Amino acid sequence: MEDKTASLEALKDIKSMMERSSRFISLSGLSGVFSGVFALLGAAAAYWRVNIAPWAIRDTHTQFGTGKIVRIDYDVAVFLALDALIVLTCSIALAWFFTRKKALKNNLPLWSKHSKHLLINLSIPLVSGGLFCVILFYHGLIGLIAPSTLVFYGLSLLNAGKFTLEEISYLGLSEIILGLLSLFFLGYGLIFWALGFGLLHIVYGILMYLRHDR
Amino acid sequence: MKGIIDQLDKAFESRVRLGLMSVLAVNDWVEFGELKQLLDVTDGNLASHVSALEKKGFIEVRKKFVGKKPNTSFAATKQGKEAFANHINALEQLLKSQG
Repeated sequence: MEDKTASLEALKDIKSMMERSSRFISLSGLSGVFSGVFALLGAAAAYWRVNIAPWAIRDTHTQFGTGKIVRIDYDVAVFLALDALIVLTCSIALAWFFTRKKALKNNLPLWSKHSKHLLINLSIPLVSGGLFCVILFYHGLIGLIAPSTLVFYGLSLLNAGKFTLEEISYLGLSEIILGLLSLFFLGYGLIFWALGFGLLHIVYGILMYLRHDR
Repeated sequence: MKGIIDQLDKAFESRVRLGLMSVLAVNDWVEFGELKQLLDVTDGNLASHVSALEKKGFIEVRKKFVGKKPNTSFAATKQGKEAFANHINALEQLLKSQG
């Protein structure tokens, strides 16, 4: 009986040491939940602003639209950009906070070669996607921006997933599928954004929290 | 029963050595400082376990100088990886055998 407990303990130690040493496992599920909540609030704010503003373009189908060149009011564009920036800043700040807390709890460094790998592999597709969307905006192809952000974000997560918890890869795959789906429904970019950055983050955040954080 | 226990490698009996081999099994070259932090051991403790495993031919040591500071890294040899895999198998067998 003692042998059995001892070997079970040894196998557990081996597995945990392999994980601790090869991946960045301090990523906190709570940060996913909170960024999802912020994204939903941001989406609600965007919806309120675009619908209420009297000088916004009436036809919602061309506005978030059909991929045709549309005029978007300067004020609305500034509002949406600020909205997105606030959501992003709050999400990153809380992700940093919760992840740092988890790293301290597990006695692991926050800034290690694994977190560097993670950030580099996340950033390259993400920045490419960001520039891609800026260029879409430049061409007035507003309707393609939401699907593109989701697809590029998904690819970034899939790429980063190799260096952290496996749920991140699955979140990435889900974002890609959602992004491709949203290409068929061009008028509904905001809804897909809310689903991708809001709902999916909350679902996967809870999953990660239950599996790794407690 | 006896047979399985014999397959457990005496070289991996200590927790530190088990941890050391676990880290090296999934990483290429790992620096002394990083190992120390991961395993939560003192310099002297780590050094003695490292040299024991090196003598067995289970790990390789690489010394470099970064400026004036010596920088030592470790990697598992092919032989070390095989021995460690056998050890894990034996542990699993032991678990199964006793139901």
